[in-house]
Amino acid sequence: MSAAAAGTSKAAHGDVAPKKRRGPGALATAYLVIYNVVMTAGWLVIAVGLVRAYLARGSYHGLYYSIEKPLKFFQTGAMLEVREVMSRVFLTWAVTHSVREVQSEDSVLLFVTAWTVTEIIRYSFYTFSLLNHLPFLIKWARYTFFFVLYPMGVTGELLTIYAALPYVQKTGLYSVTLPNKYNFSFDYHSFLILVMISYIPLFPQLYFHMIRQRKKVLGHIEDYSKVE
Amino acid sequence: MKHYEVEILDAKTKDKLCFLDKVEPNATIGEIKSMFHKSHPQWYPARQSIRLDPKGKSLKDEDVLQHLPVGTTATFYFRDLGAQISWVTVFLTEYTGPLVIYLMFYFRVPFIYAPKYDFTTSKHWVVHLACMCHSFHYMKRLLETLFVHRFSHGTMPLRNIFKNCTYYWGFAAWMAYYINHPLYTPPSEFYGEQQIRLALIIFLFCQIGNFSIHIALRNLRPPGSKTRKIPYPTKNPFTWIFLLVSCPNYTYELGSWLGFTVMTQCLPVAFFTMVGFIQMTVWAKGKHRSYLKEFRDYPPLRSPILPFVL
Repeated sequence: MSAAAAGTSKAAHGDVAPKKRRGPGALATAYLVIYNVVMTAGWLVIAVGLVRAYLARGSYHGLYYSIEKPLKFFQTGAMLEVREVMSRVFLTWAVTHSVREVQSEDSVLLFVTAWTVTEIIRYSFYTFSLLNHLPFLIKWARYTFFFVLYPMGVTGELLTIYAALPYVQKTGLYSVTLPNKYNFSFDYHSFLILVMISYIPLFPQLYFHMIRQRKKVLGHIEDYSKVE
Repeated sequence: MKHYEVEILDAKTKDKLCFLDKVEPNATIGEIKSMFHKSHPQWYPARQSIRLDPKGKSLKDEDVLQHLPVGTTATFYFRDLGAQISWVTVFLTEYTGPLVIYLMFYFRVPFIYAPKYDFTTSKHWVVHLACMCHSFHYMKRLLETLFVHRFSHGTMPLRNIFKNCTYYWGFAAWMAYYINHPLYTPPSEFYGEQQIRLALIIFLFCQIGNFSIHIALRNLRPPGSKTRKIPYPTKNPFTWIFLLVSCPNYTYELGSWLGFTVMTQCLPVAFFTMVGFIQMTVWAKGKHRSYLKEFRDYPPLRSPILPFVL
């Protein structure tokens, strides 16, 4: 799910005026800046890769393969933000990678595009915040683009999981049946259905959280301009 | 004898909720709560948190007005703890569930397994043994709740009953499903019998141990009181573990479930044991810390739950 939750440091949450908080130490700041710059670059690479491949082929078909490696690398690299990324890593490895047949689906393109745009904005936001020089445009973009990007990403993710279902059922992927020595069973097909159902409570929570954050962050700006 | 005046303010909004005059100096917080309840019938005493400071700790029901750091006009802050439910009710509900649910799987009630297995019984004797052990365990818990435990808090928040029952009932169903499944695989033919026998001995030993600890803890506390004392080993050898551990009831509980895991050789049971162990370790560490804080002479050799280790 395209969540915009955990920042990489308290200051990088940046939703409330960072001036009141004590920032991270110099070493931590350096690490965070480098990390965020690298992540921004990584997602830019993916974006550029997508555009170039499209221009070369003239169609959306097979675009997944043009960015498969950097996607896996940068999404997995983001494991450092454990909280947010669990579902992304799951989509990347446990669904898209594991079920070859869905890799040619348009839905994959849908969520990769959504994640790409979201992440470029998000990492630029964190980088600039850490350097205490946040252009309003980036802050505005972060709290506005999600209106479209979240539903887009979620749609892509759900459609991809849905597309994987028949193949998982047919092959018994990642499933364990009885009888066995440890008296345990696991049906990956049912598990995927449960994952899809879990989007129902979780997605609105995240979406409305971002809307509330937007009011808080961008609301202040409107107040200042009124005072002027 | 001069009387006190007591005003109770809302801890969040600081609104004046209640004013009591002519309060006896030896009145307890519990009595004040009853008086407050009269003017606000929706807030029964169990859901009142009364404190000296809006963000401070709750005062105890036994605290006496004149011994508190207040002037003759005492100001208290009130926080609503939400709907409350008694510990006894919660325990009885959360333990009856697993007892009944497991038996439903054991007797293979319809709609669980394929119809041809309805109301059949397993051909493995360890499955019958497991049912007896599981049922015994929860019956023991129910009886202890009714006759042994002395609770320091009367109530807990209502939402806990949903959380706790989901945990106990959910895990019981998950474990019972596999143990009583027609395709259940018992511990292997060769050393399987010895494995089951050993597991049973460990299980029974730990059940007796756990019960002994509960009795020892009960005897520390006179009926109707909420006093806290350091527990020590008694004549009962099962309590000698107090020399090494602060919360041996949890130690024995872990042992019982390890025994049950080995007896049934069932992965879901291992998961349940692990999750329970993690939760009990958290509780044991908390209890150990309170003991250390409250008693200067607390025995240094003791660990919270596992001797020397944890």
